[in-house]
Amino acid sequence: MKEYKVIEVKRSIFEDNDKDAAKLREELKQQKIFLLNLMSSPGAGKTTLIKRTITMLKEELKIGVMEADIDSDVDAQAIADTGARAIQIHTGGMCHLDADMTRQGIKEFGVQDLDIVILENVGNLVCPAEFDTGSSKNVMILSVPEGHDKPLKYPLMFSVCDVVLINKTDVLTYFDFDVEKCKEYIHIRNPKAKVMFVSSKTGEGFDEWVDWLRKETADWVQ
Amino acid sequence: MHELGVVFHVIKMVEEVAADNNLTEVESVTLEIGEVSGIIEEYLQKCWNWAVVKKSDILRNSKLIVEEIPAVTFCEECAQTYETVKYGKICPYCESQKTYLQQGNEFSIKEISAC
Repeated sequence: MKEYKVIEVKRSIFEDNDKDAAKLREELKQQKIFLLNLMSSPGAGKTTLIKRTITMLKEELKIGVMEADIDSDVDAQAIADTGARAIQIHTGGMCHLDADMTRQGIKEFGVQDLDIVILENVGNLVCPAEFDTGSSKNVMILSVPEGHDKPLKYPLMFSVCDVVLINKTDVLTYFDFDVEKCKEYIHIRNPKAKVMFVSSKTGEGFDEWVDWLRKETADWVQ
Repeated sequence: MHELGVVFHVIKMVEEVAADNNLTEVESVTLEIGEVSGIIEEYLQKCWNWAVVKKSDILRNSKLIVEEIPAVTFCEECAQTYETVKYGKICPYCESQKTYLQQGNEFSIKEISAC
């Protein structure tokens, strides 16, 4: 008969990840690397937005992209077409990235030559919000066809983001998307969130977005 | 699948605790899970049963015990608490929206039984 003993652990999964994320954030700051965690639903336009962002900044900043998906490497290939370095991280069926997986991805990717690493998180408005990846800033995309009520339905996601990009403004006229209500709903959940309107297709609104990214990166590495 | 990710976290944390205490076999792991943490126990158990066999020698035969923590919301306006799941964000006493979750979002390892 085995003698089992009870050991009190009292450790929170989220707190554990938060500590790990804080450590990773500090390590990246030391290395002067800005890690941008980009989140959205599937199909909101993360990859297209990243491609245009890289094209606009590639003369001044070196950007690498880590694509997290459950399967396939279509996104990493699309990014590689812009000339930027990209790596595909398969999450093995999981719906989000945590700090430990991000660290492993960064190690494999090799980021010494980069200024900005964009982490394209798994397309999902729920779980990625719960796990701090160790990023410098969190940005999410809400696309016009998804509707202006999403901040009310997925409050946590909107409350953890520094910037909310409203994408696909080129199709605004075809949808009942209320711009003012959307801003109001976002600010109920997160008064500090910056809301920017962009179209990855036409480039509308990208000057403001790219300026923000440029300034935040400069502040981070100082 | 959200549950699978958190199961991997739990396995990693329990293995650390076991190594620190020179334990080689875990009989059970007790978790405290908040009512509104978004975790579905049935899925969690299924992920657990699959993951411990695949990923861990010391947890291979372990049982997962889940203790639920009820969700309680506090109203800043009238300083009363109420059941989150029943009433949501709006206080049933004064109809204020200035409320926050006091407990019910937990996901912690409470204890393990091991030798």
